[in-house]
This record gives sequence, C-alpha cells and structure tokens, in this order.
Amino acid sequence: MEDLRLMERVADTTRTKITARGVQVYYGEKHALKDVDVDILDKTVTAFIGPSGCGKSTFLRCLNRMNDTVASARVSGTILLDGEDIYDRGVDPVQLRARVGMVFQKPNPFPKSIYENVAYGPRIHGLTRSKAELDAIVEASLRKAALWNEVKDRLADTGTGLSGGQQQRLCIARAVATHPEVLLMDEPCSALDPIATAQVEELIDELRAHFSVVIVTHSMQQAARVSQRTAFFHLGNLVEYGETGQVFTNPKDPRTESYITGRIG
Amino acid sequence: MTDISAQAPQFDWKSSGFTARLQARRRSELWLRGLGLGAIGLALLMLAIMLTSIVGSALGALRQTHVTISVPIPADQVDPADPFSANWRRIMQNYVASLYPEASAAELRELGGILSKGAQFMVREAVVEDPSLIGQTLTISVPVSDPFDQLAKGFIKRETPENERRVNDAQIAAFDVLDKAGLISQPINWGLLTNGDSRFPELAGLRGAAVGTFYLLLTCFVLSFPVGIAAAIYLEEFAPKNRLSDFIEVNINNLAAVPSVVFGLLALAVFLNWFGLPRGAPIVGGLTLALMSLPTIIIATRAALKAVPPSIREAALGIGASHQQVIFHHVLPLAMPGILTGTILAMAQAIGETAPLLLIGMNAFITSIPTSPLESATTLPTQIFIWADSPERGFVSRTSAGIVVLLVALVAMNGLAIYLRRKFERRW
Repeated sequence: MEDLRLMERVADTTRTKITARGVQVYYGEKHALKDVDVDILDKTVTAFIGPSGCGKSTFLRCLNRMNDTVASARVSGTILLDGEDIYDRGVDPVQLRARVGMVFQKPNPFPKSIYENVAYGPRIHGLTRSKAELDAIVEASLRKAALWNEVKDRLADTGTGLSGGQQQRLCIARAVATHPEVLLMDEPCSALDPIATAQVEELIDELRAHFSVVIVTHSMQQAARVSQRTAFFHLGNLVEYGETGQVFTNPKDPRTESYITGRIG
Repeated sequence: MTDISAQAPQFDWKSSGFTARLQARRRSELWLRGLGLGAIGLALLMLAIMLTSIVGSALGALRQTHVTISVPIPADQVDPADPFSANWRRIMQNYVASLYPEASAAELRELGGILSKGAQFMVREAVVEDPSLIGQTLTISVPVSDPFDQLAKGFIKRETPENERRVNDAQIAAFDVLDKAGLISQPINWGLLTNGDSRFPELAGLRGAAVGTFYLLLTCFVLSFPVGIAAAIYLEEFAPKNRLSDFIEVNINNLAAVPSVVFGLLALAVFLNWFGLPRGAPIVGGLTLALMSLPTIIIATRAALKAVPPSIREAALGIGASHQQVIFHHVLPLAMPGILTGTILAMAQAIGETAPLLLIGMNAFITSIPTSPLESATTLPTQIFIWADSPERGFVSRTSAGIVVLLVALVAMNGLAIYLRRKFERRW
C-alpha cells in the first residue's frame, strides 16, 4: 500500500537550514500569517500545503524577502538562514535571493535566448571570470534541470519559444545557475500538463541532493510524491508540520485530517 | 435538494413576442453597423476632399517658369580678381536695354520685370564660380518673376482687362515673343526645396524652414526623451503611492491638455525675457515643445512600463537582480516599443505645432539657412503661416506645397513609429 511506502520516506539529514520563529505577516490591515514556527532541513524537500489564501505562498515569499516588493506587506518575527537573520539590516535582499532561488507558478523565462536566461544570474552576480566558465555553468545548470539534451543545439533560440514544461525547467535551470542553497518553488507545476509535471517532480527529487527545496503545492498527491516533510497551513496558521508520511497517514490535528480527506479546502 | 427545473415555467422560444424582440435586436445591430460605416465613410470623404484640394493647389508650385537668357559679361565692368562686387544690377539693366533698343526707361523697367529679381544673383554666382566667362556671353536659365509665372500657368487670364491684372499688354507681348523663340521653359521647381525664404515667390523655398524644424525637433527630442523616461521610471517604479505622487500624476495628465499657446507665453516670459536666449532660435522652440511633449512621453512611458508582465520583474528579482537591474535589463527593453511609439507621436505633434512658435518669434522673415540651433529660423508650420499671409499669387500654391511637405514628414514619422514598434516588439 502506498501509505507504507510513505512511512519509509525520511529526511536524509537533520541539519536545519532555515529556522523561522514567530513569523507574522500583515498585508495592510489583513493578518495573513500568524505566528509561524518552522525548521526547514537541508537537502530535504519540504512541501507547504493548504487551501487557497492560507498563507503558504506568503510564507514562502518571506524566505527570500520577495514580500519586500509588496508595499503594503509587513513582516515580523525572525527567519534565520544558517543562523543568520535574513531580515537583519546588514543583509542585502539582492544577495539573499541569489542564495535562496525561486521558481514561480507560471513559467516566466526572459524573452531572451535560452543561454542568456541561464547566464543572467551568474553574470549579474559576477560568478564567472571567463566565457568558458559561464558556458560551463550554463551547461551544468541545464543538465541539473534535465533540459540540456533537449536544448543543447539551440541555446541561441528564445526561451519563450519552448513548451510550457521546458520553460519551467529553464526557469529551474536559471534559478540553479547562481548555486543557491535553498530553492523555493511556488506551485511550479500548476501550469503544466501531467507529463511535464512528472518530469519536474522527478527533477525536484534529484535537486534535493544539492540543496534544500521548499515547494508550495495545491496537489496533495504531489506533496506526498516529492516531499519528505510537509507543513499544513490553514487560515494563516501553521497547523501541522512533520514527516510527510506521518502528516498524510496519521495527522495529529483534526483540521489536517479534514483537509487531506477533502472535507475542507 | 429541491429540483428547480421542475418549478421553472416552460419558456416558449417560438412565441411571437420573442420573435419580435429578436428581430428588433437584429435591426438595432444593423443600425449600429450602418452608423459606424457611415462615420468612417464621412471621415474618408473629408480626408479625400482635404488632400485633393491641398495637392491640387500644390501642383501649381511643382514647376517654375524659367527664361533662358544670354547675358554678355563685359570685361570692363567685372574685375576677374573680385567678380562678386561688380555692379551686376547695371550689367543686367544694360543687357535688357540692349534687347529693346527703342524702349524708354519706364518701358525697360517693365520689360526687365519679366526676369526674377534673383536673376542678377544667379548670373553673379555663375561668374564667380567660373571667372573665364568674363568677356564671354553667359547663357543661363533663370526664373521669371511671379506675375509671369502665373501668366504662363494660366492663373492670370489674358482676357482680364489690362488695368485689373499684374502684367500689362506690352509685357505680355514681350513674354510671348520670348515664348515663340523657345526661351521659356517650365522645369521642376527644385528651388522650393533647396532655397531659403524670399519675398519673391519664384525664389522662395522651404530649406530654411526644414532645417529649422530639424534643429527644433532635435532639441525637443534630446531634452524630452531622457527627461520623460527618467520621470516615468521614477513615478512608476520608485515613487511612494501617496498624496504627493497622486498630485503629480493629476498635474501631468492636465499638462498634456494645456493649450499649446500657453506654453508659448511661458517660453516668451522665461526663455526669452528671463534667460535671454536668442529670439526665434530653434533651441528656444525646442525647449518650448519639449515642455509640451514631456507629459505625452511620460504618460506613454508609464503605460508601457505598466504593461510589462509582473512575472518578468519577479523572475529577475528572484535571481537576485537589483531594482535598477530589473528596470534596465528587463522592464525598459520590453517597454521600448511603447515608449518609442509614444515619443514619435509626441514628436509628430511637435512638428506641426505653430502657436507657441509664433510667440517666440519663429515667424520672422529669415532668408538665410540656419547653421546652428542658436540662429533665428522658421519652421515648416510657421513658414506655411508666413506664406499663407503673403499677398503674392505665387504663395498660394507654395503654401499648399509647404503643407504637402509637412504632411509627408508626418507620415514618415508615423511610419517610423510603426516600423520601430514592429522591430522591437517581443512576445512573452
């Protein structure tokens, strides 16, 4: 039975990458996220699930300070990346976002060539000294995103000309190119067909070897398939957080059980 | 749950009431289509009438009547070392007198009037260029003066009583003799494009005005394009949304609707009287029109920046691009087609602007071609204004010709706008 298989899924490491304590987010008057405490492990896939508007994307966007771009958003509490407060005055969000990459819901490649899409991050951060180094990063990133074989002969073609699934993998390659320590994925498969979804999910499992992956998803099956840890959000609260197998088969909170069994959401 | 379909009354789709309503809807749609079609037809008709009347009138300026003369260049009156300062007026008078030995002084003046006043300068220029002509006879084609040009083109009728027309019978007789001798020709009037302005229609041209317009647009573009983009980027990307930015936005929108003559008064007070910039100079005109174009460019640029999908900004921010990098690497290039279109439309508006230029003295009578934006000049619209105001018959067709040149410039700019938009347009 699938449940048994889930139970075997345990995180490979217990080292904590991100520690969040007492995180509150307000959008103007609206209290969007209430007192969230989470430890996200290194080299682990962590899934955030919950009904629409529950705050899971909001919390994800706190982790690389993308909420800074929303004028009305206010974040309090502490979020530590490797023990360092990312909301500290001394932390530049620009550098933080290179370390904490992000993949968005809708594939959003730049309207430039495939090569330029991947090379953009390393280039603006000055990660390479020569064209050869940059070429190597582009190839490695595209390989990590399982896209190299499909596009190696047409790196000069525009990235927007690829299929939806390829575009999303290109976006993953683009995020991977800056050697992030954490990769945030905001419903990365919601705009993809089942085959492309399967490819991306497989990819997520491979990426886990390199860094910590946090994925927001509406699909509980997807959370169960790809993640080792699952957090369930409801109405701005973190209701339950634990091993994916435990959360799906033996939820401690009745709300989690209701959601997983389809009674709320 | 109750079954709502059981309670709903059965609607009769074939009832006469429904059929009538259906027909009424169809009729009103036909009416709407007919009205739209009629409106477009009316607009096209007006355009056709305008173009026909302007082009028809401008055709009169397409050709200029010339007369071929063979002027002896007397060696005793022209210094080979300095042919420029010889008395060319006297030489021409002597030449005309030699053609009509029996004529009185008054008659000679009338007969000499067949030639354009510019003829002596053309002869002078030819000799200055080629001094070996001194002592020889120079054969040259020069424009006839405007009344004879109009006579040749049939705008002055021979049937009109002699005292009601600009040319008398003796002059017509002399002109006909020249015509019979095959000395009268009507070549294409290139002078209209290559000459500066003149009091004499046969010599007047648009080059000074065209160069003035070029300098004016250059100044206007150089000022309003970067300033407009910078202002739009600040307002769109950085400005906090508060009362002050709302106030600025409302004012920019209002500024775009301010009558242009107001900008002219402002320029007169500030640029000319306060800053002491040269009157009638294209740089002042450019400054004035830049003030006028700025709101248009800012509004177009903001709209173009707003139209860039937020996903592109997020993508760039997500990799760790700074706000400035997001703007310059992604947003601005994607907004460029819209910005360029808006700018060129603003320039097209500026090229036809007349009222503010009248107030800063760009409607002066200037015959020289400006060599810098600091020299007084006219522009195409003000030149058209000056010509439209002139009494000479020849300026009627030249006014229309000026309008045609302006329209061609406008169409070219709009064409450029379309080309640039197509070229830079990218899909995402």
